[in-house]
Amino acid sequence: MLHIINKSPFASNALDTCLRMAQAGHAVLLIEDAVYAATQGNATTERMRQAGTKLSLFVLQPDLDARGMTAKLQDGITPVDYAGFVDLVEKYPTSQSWL
Amino acid sequence: MSEQQTTAPSGPKVKKFMFVNRKAPYGTIYALESLEVVLITATFDQDVSLVFIDDGVYELAKGQQTKGIGIKNFSPSYRALEGYDIEKLYVDQASLDQRGLTEADLLVPVEVLNDQQMGELMAQQDVILSF
Repeated sequence: MLHIINKSPFASNALDTCLRMAQAGHAVLLIEDAVYAATQGNATTERMRQAGTKLSLFVLQPDLDARGMTAKLQDGITPVDYAGFVDLVEKYPTSQSWL
Repeated sequence: MSEQQTTAPSGPKVKKFMFVNRKAPYGTIYALESLEVVLITATFDQDVSLVFIDDGVYELAKGQQTKGIGIKNFSPSYRALEGYDIEKLYVDQASLDQRGLTEADLLVPVEVLNDQQMGELMAQQDVILSF
């Protein structure tokens, strides 16, 4: 399944709860303020690196650009555009938005 | 009346206003709303300070390009604040550290404060507005 997160990891526990429950082979897409979780050198970097060992990680590029975080994208997280977002929703039979 | 208030040469009392910014830009409307109220306050010649704590530090991140999300990039407005005599911008050191950011990642000159300095600055204000 596909997990979609839109909250900053520093302002909400949505990412933590999602990562607790996501199963191997699931995908996680970071959008809106959740894109800060895709950046390197911060308090979430190691958590995302570990998550990437069993999950497919994606981040919405336009949201990364808007926040000035493009140059800080950490390795192992794949940027997608809006068409890529749609492709992910289509590919996985179930989606959960962790609002 | 507070002892910390100063009097303009021939005007009303000048109060110390602090705007506390703790939200990331674009995901919610708080950051933009704060900026708009700051600009309004500036027209009344008050003593205005802006502080950036927690995700609020992201408001000042360099290199914001919002074309892809169809929302106006308001970050250049922080650079324009100087023209409204708003030059007191303070950033919380711990919030920068937690996010892997340094002053070099910010688009305006700021003064970085530790916990105690931030707390003292807050306590000196007449009015605190929180966003």
